[in-house]
Amino acid sequence: MKILIVEDDLEAAAYLAKAFREAGIVLDHASDGESGLFLATENTYDVLVVDRMLPRRDGLSLISELRRRNIHTPVLILSALGQVDDRVTGLRAGGDDYLPKPYAFSELLARVEVLGRRKGTPEQDMVYRVGDLELDRLSHTVRRAGKEILLQPREFRLLEYLMKNAGQVVTRTMLLENVWDYHFDPQTNVIDVHVSRLRSKIEKDFDQPLLRTVRGAGYMMKDEAAG
Amino acid sequence: MVRLLGRLTALYRTTAVRLSALYLLLFAVCAAFLVFYVTSMSESLLEQQMRDAVAAETAEIEAVFDNNGMNGLLRTLERRSRQPGANLYIIASPTGEVLAGNVLSLQPGVLDSEGWTETPFRYQRFQEEDARDRHMARAQIVLLSNGLRVLVGRDLGEPEHFRVLVRQALMVALGVMGAGALAIWYLIGRNALKRMDRMSGASQAIMAGDLSQRLPTSGSGDEFDRLSESLNTMLGRIEKLDEGLKQVSDNIAHDLKTPLTRLRNKAEAALAGDGAAADYRAALEEVIGESDQLIRTFNALLMISRVEAGQAPAEMRAIDLSGIARDSIELYEPVAEDCGLRLAGTVDAGVEIKGNRELVGQALGNLIDNAIKYAEGSGEPDIRVTLARHGGDVVLSVADSGPGVPEDKRDDVVKRFVRLDESRSKPGTGLGLSLAGAVMEMHGGHLELDATHPERENNRGLTVRMVFPARPG
Repeated sequence: MKILIVEDDLEAAAYLAKAFREAGIVLDHASDGESGLFLATENTYDVLVVDRMLPRRDGLSLISELRRRNIHTPVLILSALGQVDDRVTGLRAGGDDYLPKPYAFSELLARVEVLGRRKGTPEQDMVYRVGDLELDRLSHTVRRAGKEILLQPREFRLLEYLMKNAGQVVTRTMLLENVWDYHFDPQTNVIDVHVSRLRSKIEKDFDQPLLRTVRGAGYMMKDEAAG
Repeated sequence: MVRLLGRLTALYRTTAVRLSALYLLLFAVCAAFLVFYVTSMSESLLEQQMRDAVAAETAEIEAVFDNNGMNGLLRTLERRSRQPGANLYIIASPTGEVLAGNVLSLQPGVLDSEGWTETPFRYQRFQEEDARDRHMARAQIVLLSNGLRVLVGRDLGEPEHFRVLVRQALMVALGVMGAGALAIWYLIGRNALKRMDRMSGASQAIMAGDLSQRLPTSGSGDEFDRLSESLNTMLGRIEKLDEGLKQVSDNIAHDLKTPLTRLRNKAEAALAGDGAAADYRAALEEVIGESDQLIRTFNALLMISRVEAGQAPAEMRAIDLSGIARDSIELYEPVAEDCGLRLAGTVDAGVEIKGNRELVGQALGNLIDNAIKYAEGSGEPDIRVTLARHGGDVVLSVADSGPGVPEDKRDDVVKRFVRLDESRSKPGTGLGLSLAGAVMEMHGGHLELDATHPERENNRGLTVRMVFPARPG
């Protein structure tokens, strides 16, 4: 995956560059809005990570300009503002995801990976499969090794989101945002409790674990047997 | 002089003065028109009167001539001429030669015509020797049956005098009016200026940083008072915001420094250790944990001040409160169960309010989270979330049966960073209720704290009610 980071804080950019490279992601860096717009127009990237406040052209105007030029590379907005309304304006300007500063790198990485693979995501697939687990989005049924598992509606949506992003780390905040549509801090480990309930339902009678906890980051659906 | 001029200029710039000047001008135009109209009306009336009088006299004279002949006519004219303020009488030959009369000289040509003279003419009487002392008159000339001409005229001094009088009256009236207007103008303008000066003086003090100052009001309830009052209300709001800001910075100084110190201590302790990789890792993880908590506190603080400042999401739209309540119960229910608690709800369907879903969700989340935290281990597992309409209001409440909050502390716990001593050991920022309170205020509602079981000795529990006016705004 190749991404472009538009960030004027050079130290932060250097840190991000190093961390992304260690995660196996190739990246370019632009330190102001104009050069960011130039790079994003000239080259092809999988994801753009754009700081909101930039010299020469601010992040939101960069995104609107890109969209105007019919470039639809997914954009993740980084912002020190981080209030509910700022997120709304960010997404309205054409951003695809929004992460308030300060953030954990694992959160950023997880979101960038999900955005970067979005193009290949089987959005239209009616059945998701991970190992012997099957989720049918039409009939709202879940089977493992042919045996039906009964889930609550919310558990179904949780599993659906995890399976859609199988093989990728999904953070707690991403789950809260995408499954519950909440963008606030629930204070306690509500998500963990929901995930562990789901896990017990889909793994209880089976040897092979499918839902891994990624320490310090979140969760990942993966067929361990398949490697 | 220059100062006076300057003051007058300043006076002229005031709206009141400009308006009164405009009124003065308009009034003067109206008055002038009125006077002109009255004068011309009375003039024509006077002329009509004169004509009637002259015509009547002429008729009389013709009658005298017809009855008593030339002698009678001469006698009558002589008698009439002697009366004070007499009319002009002339008897002339058919060729225009003056035969008798009380007029010394006459503007030439007057006697040539017959009937009413077209225009006023000049004449001179016998008693007046000075040639310049001439008068104007109008007259009617008739032909007698013996061919003689008789002129009966009337001096125009009277209407002329009347016109002068009216003109003078107009001048005096306009003068008095102008002087009065100038005086009123000055008084009103000066009054307005003075009050304006007081207002700008007060606002200068306020700008200099004294936000407790208020603009003066006279108590008369006029425009100036209304302006001062709305500005004062605005100042009150600004002062409150300013205080909030100060409070936040104080809190940041006080309550963020503590965890920062802890953070620093941990890092220092790790550095001072003997440097086993596992120790470092553990210390770093603790440091990250501490900073996450700090960020959380910081976000909550910022959010509260944004909500209180009213600039938080202006996106107030119809939101499904029933849905939010159900979602929150569902979100927290497993956590409650893990803590050995029972979270259940009675939620009226289809309750809508105007608001911000995120903020209301966050506020309710905070309340449920608090309830779980404090009910845990109290031996009273029930937490109830209730959404119902009460009269015009919509009430969303979270009731636990934990230790509760003593009545005298209920106002305090809503304040920022206030945590009761008994709860210091529990995790949390001490901001949950403050945020809920701020969110309620933003929605035009308020937060109510009560005991769930007021009849009990202990474990009276806490009920927090979010009271929304049914449809604000």
